[in-house]
Amino acid sequence: MIEADLRVTIGSLVLKNPVLTASGTFGYGKEFAPYVNLHYLGGVVVKGISLAPRRGNPPPRIVETAAGMLNAIGLENVGLDRFISEKMPYLREIGTRVIVNILGDSLEEYQTLGQQLSEVEGISALEVNISCPNVKKGGVAFGTDPAMAEAVTRAVCAHSTLPVIVKLSPNVTDIAQIARAVEAGGAQAVSLINTLLGMAIDVKSRRPKLANIVGGLSGPAIKPIALRMVWQVAQAVKIPVIGIGGITTTEDALEFLLAGATAIEVGTANFVNPRASQEIVEGLGRYLTDNRLSGISEVIGGLILP
Amino acid sequence: MPEIFRLTLRAPEIAANARPGQFVMIQTSPGYDPLLRRPLSIHQTIGKDQVQLLYKVVGKGTCLLAAMTPGQKLNLTGPLGHGFELAGRKAVCLVGGGMGIAPLYFLAREILRTTSPPQCVVLLGARTATELGPLPRDFMDIGSRQTYLATDDGSLGHYGFVAELLPQHLGPDLPWTVFACGPHPMMKAVASQCRKQGWECQVSLEAIMACGIGACLGCAIPRAELSGPYLHVCKDGPVFKAEEVAWL
Repeated sequence: MIEADLRVTIGSLVLKNPVLTASGTFGYGKEFAPYVNLHYLGGVVVKGISLAPRRGNPPPRIVETAAGMLNAIGLENVGLDRFISEKMPYLREIGTRVIVNILGDSLEEYQTLGQQLSEVEGISALEVNISCPNVKKGGVAFGTDPAMAEAVTRAVCAHSTLPVIVKLSPNVTDIAQIARAVEAGGAQAVSLINTLLGMAIDVKSRRPKLANIVGGLSGPAIKPIALRMVWQVAQAVKIPVIGIGGITTTEDALEFLLAGATAIEVGTANFVNPRASQEIVEGLGRYLTDNRLSGISEVIGGLILP
Repeated sequence: MPEIFRLTLRAPEIAANARPGQFVMIQTSPGYDPLLRRPLSIHQTIGKDQVQLLYKVVGKGTCLLAAMTPGQKLNLTGPLGHGFELAGRKAVCLVGGGMGIAPLYFLAREILRTTSPPQCVVLLGARTATELGPLPRDFMDIGSRQTYLATDDGSLGHYGFVAELLPQHLGPDLPWTVFACGPHPMMKAVASQCRKQGWECQVSLEAIMACGIGACLGCAIPRAELSGPYLHVCKDGPVFKAEEVAWL
């Protein structure tokens, strides 16, 4: 029997399978080594990195909601220098693609991150988080304005030799328009969706459950919205789409692939079941075998419309 | 309707490696509601292959756990985090409030089973006598001769908070190490007394967490100096030196 071919191509990047881990849910890889054979994965997207270390928001930072959770971690991370010196030596040895998620509050910060990470050995691609506020433009998130989204994409692409994936915010009216803007800016792929802005209130104390008042909703609760957006974006752009949003099982992953995603990222499910990502890789292999399909490309975009 | 339960699980790998103060992340439902695992400290290990948890029903997750029947399977990860440091301590005091007593029983057993155990005082507090249930007897059964109780309503032992028992039971001449686990105000009061007396104090903290393994960064708590990176209860703790953390 021929082993199922799970390989996919994202721009110039070949992945051994379409399963990645979503930024902020998989630490810097090492945290999950006791549970997952990291080299089984298509790649690891690490916790978002900024130029300087970030302390993050005060607690409480997370709250559980129906089939999901809200988080307001506040992009806590070790910063670029410590990421390179402390985290990269381990990541170079994990036997799969390392995709570095980057974030900033100015075009210059994104540029510098793109430039400096291009010089680091062992990184396969960058994923640009554009959901952050642009401090020079009154704090409007880069990802909510097509012109700013295009500008930040262009800035990173111009200063980096690595393939650039842009991670889109769902907190917009027309996500396809933003996707087209970042495609025009030179992105090799888009990944979506980031978390949906939400809120929870403690009725006894009448206070918000998060110290930050609002936070990002993730988990199975957001999957239908994510799937709809991935489907819309896949039709709007020519570059590959990476699906994210509540993916917990093999069936969830297949839905995103059918909707047109070339790869997927497993996020909150990593918290619920630390083995989720590896189980989805195995599940996709079994799906191909059981359905006598020669490769995952026979699934991607295979949605049949009524 | 009882609201405090002990859950005994056959989990050989966790039982073999668990240290007092460590915790497990336990899945309470195979579905998506509740979605997240619950962090519960290890109450004790039994034999080579069993782990026991002690918990109070406070919400949907613990309610589902309480409805489990013998023979059912549960998914849990552990042992997680850093436990108590007890090597070489000459005089120890364990202060537990409510469900915070859970990890202290495991600790007491470890302390008392050594051939020449240190001087050991156990102070247990709860809102009311029924919340302590069989716990005082359990400590006495493993040889804790100096076990003193307090209840908020005076239904058993000292009428008041358990932290108020420290001055009367800890003699001034010994180099005490105090291990505390319980509600925040209790630990704050214990930490404050230890600081004044110059006693070592280790506290086991609780926080809302999604993963328990250092990835979600949800369980952040401020450092004593109120600056610098946050500490994370799951990885840096759950046991901390009292002077490391901010007592807000």
